[in-house]
Amino acid sequence: MDMNEIKEIFFQECEEQLAELESGLLKLNDGDRDPETVNAVFRAVHSIKGGAGAFGLDDLVSFAHVFETTLDCVRSNKLEPNQDVLKVMLKSADVLADLVTASRDGGGVDEGRSRGLVKELEALARGEMPSGGASAEPAKPAAAKPAAAKAAPAPAVAPTDDSGFQPIPFTFDGFGGEEEAVMAPTTFEVQFKPRRELYAKGNEAALLLRDLSRVGEMSINCDTSALPAFDKLDPEEAYFSWTIAVKTNKNEQDIRSVFEFAEWDCDLDVKVAQTVAEDLPMVPVPFDLSALDDDAGADDGNDGAEDQTVANAVSAAETASNVTKLAAAAARVEKKESQSAAAAAAAANAANAANSAGQTIRVDLDRVDRLINLVGELVINQAMLSQSVIENDTTGTSAINMGLEELQQLTREIQDSVMAIRAQPVKPVFQRMSRIVREVADMVGKSIRLVTEGENTEVDKTVIDKLAEPLTHMIRNAVDHGIESPEKREASGKNPEGTVKLTAKHRSGRIVIELQDDGAGINRERVRQKAIDNDLIAADSNLTDEEIDNLIFMPGFSTADKISDISGRGVGMDVVKRSIQALGGRISISSRPGQGSTFTMSLPLTLAVLDGMVVTVAGQTLVVPLTAIVETLQPEASAIHSFGANQRLISIRNSFCPLVDVGRILNFRGTQANPVEGVALLVESEGGGQRALMVDAIQGQRQVVIKSLEANYTHVPGIAAATILGDGRVALILDVDAVVAASRGQSLRQDSGMKSDMSLQATG
Amino acid sequence: MKKKVLTVDDSRTIRNMLLVTLNNAGFETIQAEDGVEGLEVLEDCNPDVIVTDINMPRLDGFGFIEGVRRNERYRAVPILVLTTESDAEKKNRARQAGATGWIVKPFDPVKLIDAIERVTA
Repeated sequence: MDMNEIKEIFFQECEEQLAELESGLLKLNDGDRDPETVNAVFRAVHSIKGGAGAFGLDDLVSFAHVFETTLDCVRSNKLEPNQDVLKVMLKSADVLADLVTASRDGGGVDEGRSRGLVKELEALARGEMPSGGASAEPAKPAAAKPAAAKAAPAPAVAPTDDSGFQPIPFTFDGFGGEEEAVMAPTTFEVQFKPRRELYAKGNEAALLLRDLSRVGEMSINCDTSALPAFDKLDPEEAYFSWTIAVKTNKNEQDIRSVFEFAEWDCDLDVKVAQTVAEDLPMVPVPFDLSALDDDAGADDGNDGAEDQTVANAVSAAETASNVTKLAAAAARVEKKESQSAAAAAAAANAANAANSAGQTIRVDLDRVDRLINLVGELVINQAMLSQSVIENDTTGTSAINMGLEELQQLTREIQDSVMAIRAQPVKPVFQRMSRIVREVADMVGKSIRLVTEGENTEVDKTVIDKLAEPLTHMIRNAVDHGIESPEKREASGKNPEGTVKLTAKHRSGRIVIELQDDGAGINRERVRQKAIDNDLIAADSNLTDEEIDNLIFMPGFSTADKISDISGRGVGMDVVKRSIQALGGRISISSRPGQGSTFTMSLPLTLAVLDGMVVTVAGQTLVVPLTAIVETLQPEASAIHSFGANQRLISIRNSFCPLVDVGRILNFRGTQANPVEGVALLVESEGGGQRALMVDAIQGQRQVVIKSLEANYTHVPGIAAATILGDGRVALILDVDAVVAASRGQSLRQDSGMKSDMSLQATG
Repeated sequence: MKKKVLTVDDSRTIRNMLLVTLNNAGFETIQAEDGVEGLEVLEDCNPDVIVTDINMPRLDGFGFIEGVRRNERYRAVPILVLTTESDAEKKNRARQAGATGWIVKPFDPVKLIDAIERVTA
């Protein structure tokens, strides 16, 4: 693994942390005061800062630092995370996300915005409430100040840095580099007396002395006088002290830095030696301190010794360092029994924790896609095998048939499991929406809350990827057009803060996403007028409320009086509808004046497979998505009623339902088929109404693998996609909604013209 | 024999950096993602030195260090704190918990190895 790969991991991690950050902030915004939520938010920013520092992403580091400092005030209860504070923090999270994106993909960020936020964050950390917020008690700023000051440790060193933050460069050997060259060797006298805490914290006198010997020429004396008799000896007490003379051309700081980790836990005195202490028997070093580098070094010390004192000094140092080891060893024996029991318990705990936490692995998406494709082929192959067995074996040997049935079941299970791998919660998309709501609301001066529900609902990744764009557009629309201005809301007795609710749920094998606003609802008068003005409907046409509402999905429709920056980007709701339909989905709207509108989208859980009913129409084999079919029935002559020139109705349990001849709509045949000879499929269309689709015969029900037609042809009106059947033949998958729409009088041909003009790809 | 290092850090980025740096420097590396896992792993891996982060979910660095120091078998193992905190307060708390030394982020391979060399024989 090289640095670039790690950097890639870093950016992945940033995405996760940013999501964590945002959801945490939103939880706080909803009044959650769980310290763990605050901690998680803090950690997210902290982690981003840590990684960014390692890659030298200074802009990111300095912004994250200021953000983190303010969050630390919240964490230590110095700052109450009220709505005003969280508003600043949510904006900061957005800027942080921008900075991450800029660091990854290049490009700049809105510097004015980030600088403004840095100021606001710093003000918060100082305890100053944002304007309009509650005034802080005088005690608060005083308490918050030190934290802010402390975390920005080097403002003087880095005056150019806006935030006042700069990571302190920390080196073990770089101190006083300038003086080094000009200084003549000096002899320092070092008095070093460790306390027992020094050993308790894992430091070792011997290692410190080894490091000291690297600073310069060293001679040493060990004072063992404090060592008590053996029976009074506490193995963990520090009894020795050392006097060391170091001749070096480095300075006092360099010597002290050797003891940096230990300075709290020892008495240390470093001074320039006036005279070499003559009363003490000093032993010149180097003696072989490198012997310490190996555990077996105890013997070597004696071998290389010329002088008994040297051996004393070394072994004293080693004794000091080994006592804790000995103590530990002793403890080990005593505790062996309980240890193993504890270890077993710990292992069991670990296993439990792992199970409950849910283990995950990261897999390259390409591999999953390949697997899904292969399983798709497997499904087709299995179907073909079944088919040829049935065709060639009329005796129906039960063993083979049973085997085949099992194979079919297994194939199905494999497919479900594989699809589950690619299923993802809609959460990331929903989270992105909350930022859009914030930004758009800010731009148009409205105050809007986004409430999300069911964000853990899972759907195939390919669907999620394509969901963001239409959803973004709808959210912009809801905020810009749906919700009224705060003044208007207040005037009509509503909460000045508008609410947009985004819900996801599973319903009969599909995912249903609802976008609900509590705004004014569709202004039907205006929609109707606009449609007439734009020649979308005739001036005298008589439309139901529902039909008027659905006019907003017509191409070229916009009720905004002036094109705004937010929703008037040349992409209308028609494009939203198209892109939802391209996903095999449906969208509908319901609106109540003064109470708001609800957009309901229903999408397939996957774009890879579908359960379909295989039918015959005019000699062609078609597949009708099973989710669209409510009921199948054999019409009786008495139930068929003619209506108008060539419209027919079928009466089902005392209600009438338009009869749609699929063969006629798709131009498979020129004349209407006789309904009594065929089968009617009762389907639910997007408007909520039912239609009876006439087909010649039903062949069976099958799971089919969706093969896109658009990869090879353009969009074919009335046809959603294609598939390969068990006998190896290609069958077309019917686009039920398009067929139903066509039956309402709009011809498929016209439909296709609209499509090529207004397709999402064209408008971006 | 290779020296064994146990690293405890919740950031995948930093974990990978530690792994690469330590492996390149010839250490055997065992990794844990937070203090709780660190204490669990500790029982089996018998490390020569521990490198830990401070801010972690479930059990933070301070708690982890205290846990190690309470463990009869491992209480003498040197622990280096790897953290972005450069202020004295955090350093002090880590020391009180029983940290041997510290490495201030931004992460620098040279500093890391240097600090490990300082506290291990």
